[in-house]
Amino acid sequence: MEEKDLVLQHKEEDLYTLNLGPTHPATHGVFQNVLQMDGERILDSEPTIGYIHRAFEKLAEHRPFYQITPITDRLNYCSSPINNMGWHMTVERLLGVQTPKRVDYMRIIIMEMSRITDHLICNSVLGVDAGAFTGFLYVFQEREKIYEIFEEVCGARLTTNIGRIGGMERDFTPAAIKKIKEFIDRFPKVYEEFEKLFNRNRIFIDRTTGVGPITAERALEYGFTGPCLRAAGVDYDVRVAAPYSSYQDFDFEIPIGTTGDTYDRFRVRSEEIWQSYKLIKNAFENLPEGPFHADVPDIYLPPKDEVYNNMEALIYHFKIVMAELDVPKGEVYHAVEGGNGELGFYLVSDGGRTPYRLHFRRPCFIFYQAYPEMIRGGMLSDAILTMSSMNVIAGELDA
Amino acid sequence: MTSEHITERVKNQFGDGLVDAFETYGMLTLVIKPEINIEVLKFLKDESDLAFGFLKDECGIHYPFNKDEELGVIYLLHNLRANVQVRVKTFFPSDKPVIRSATSLWAAANWMERETYDFFGIKFEGHPDLRRILNVDDMDYFPMLKQYPLEDGTREDKDDKMFGRG
Repeated sequence: MEEKDLVLQHKEEDLYTLNLGPTHPATHGVFQNVLQMDGERILDSEPTIGYIHRAFEKLAEHRPFYQITPITDRLNYCSSPINNMGWHMTVERLLGVQTPKRVDYMRIIIMEMSRITDHLICNSVLGVDAGAFTGFLYVFQEREKIYEIFEEVCGARLTTNIGRIGGMERDFTPAAIKKIKEFIDRFPKVYEEFEKLFNRNRIFIDRTTGVGPITAERALEYGFTGPCLRAAGVDYDVRVAAPYSSYQDFDFEIPIGTTGDTYDRFRVRSEEIWQSYKLIKNAFENLPEGPFHADVPDIYLPPKDEVYNNMEALIYHFKIVMAELDVPKGEVYHAVEGGNGELGFYLVSDGGRTPYRLHFRRPCFIFYQAYPEMIRGGMLSDAILTMSSMNVIAGELDA
Repeated sequence: MTSEHITERVKNQFGDGLVDAFETYGMLTLVIKPEINIEVLKFLKDESDLAFGFLKDECGIHYPFNKDEELGVIYLLHNLRANVQVRVKTFFPSDKPVIRSATSLWAAANWMERETYDFFGIKFEGHPDLRRILNVDDMDYFPMLKQYPLEDGTREDKDDKMFGRG
């Protein structure tokens, strides 16, 4: 008899209800699951979401385009730069702006760094949930260093609001370049050490294989994207399927798993970190010379000293800040490969200064609905691991 | 698989059911009649030369001034193998905001339709569990409809005339 069949042989009075969340130390964020339990096995669960719903889609209908960037920070706050740049590229596509190669490469460096921070958090916290605290402390220092690079580029660490529509706000400073160089030299050793602690660790493997699996068919049916889909064996990655920001210039691989369980998700993320590292290294070594923003004076803010001394610049500055943009009517769907899947922006414009409708395709929101199915029949402690390996971020889930 | 081919196939199958078809920013958009939404989606999903097996996104939209076509549902389908995407739109009057649910075709439609119901009040027939998802259960309006202002209309301390839609 299979272990899962035992679940069916229960008496009604033996069952009990357990509230996991909304605030529970083992779930990272505000998630509520009402579990039907038979002993330590989960019979059913009912997720409730929306605890940190902030009406982003309604808000976005009342804000000019450049003021929507800070909203996107707060979607998946573990990888804000990807969200910011995804939004910038959406608007650029609507307006028909071509960015110079240097901008594309700078964006790739920043986006891949933020993918690394995202995956570092997910993988190391998965370790913590499985009882291995040390790895978390090792790699969190590295995340801190990446945040220092973000700080050097845009002035903020977590909610970055990085870049502008049409390019970057400034070129990489010498300090930023030095920090990126240091990162490239230092990072492989750190992550190798982390992998040595986990990849072939008997306890970790026993703890994570077969936990929270999902087949490729079910994953597709549930609209999975990102590492969770790839762990199930489907090689779909937006960076390859619909390249943006010059990803087609680079040679990188899309790691895939086979069983879609927690261990596969861990390994797919691990491998993606190496691919991201490779991308950063390539982009940094081949960083083209040139301007750090497109030549679009009616969209991109002029430098401050020109605003004070040049009538033209002053006019542009005023028009941009007051959002007097010539926006074409139309609708654009633009997607980027976010930290945990395809982050899409569906922008409908009626020619006004704000979007007529903006819909965020949030990967977490779509695949988190498979969670009850993934944990059914498993142990409570496995449900915790499944959730952290899916990397569900409350900010993105509730928007 | 070209846009013309997809349009042709849908046109041949459904005739007048296909209201409009156009390409915008590189994406084919099909506008269909609301009565046949599931038939069209099923056709796009199951026909072997189309095979749009992946429901990527589903959301609502509100055009208060389009008479009898105030509310809309927008589906985004993806054929992962051929890497082609198609957007399917359908519009219906806001005094009868009912449309059939796509949950019979994709499990992913479940929460996306709940969200659309939550924001726009669009009722999905055949949905297994049509409740609010992000807002509180006892909310008595649908906030993404255009008639609802962003902020409490009785406030006097904020003047939104210069920015946004007010």
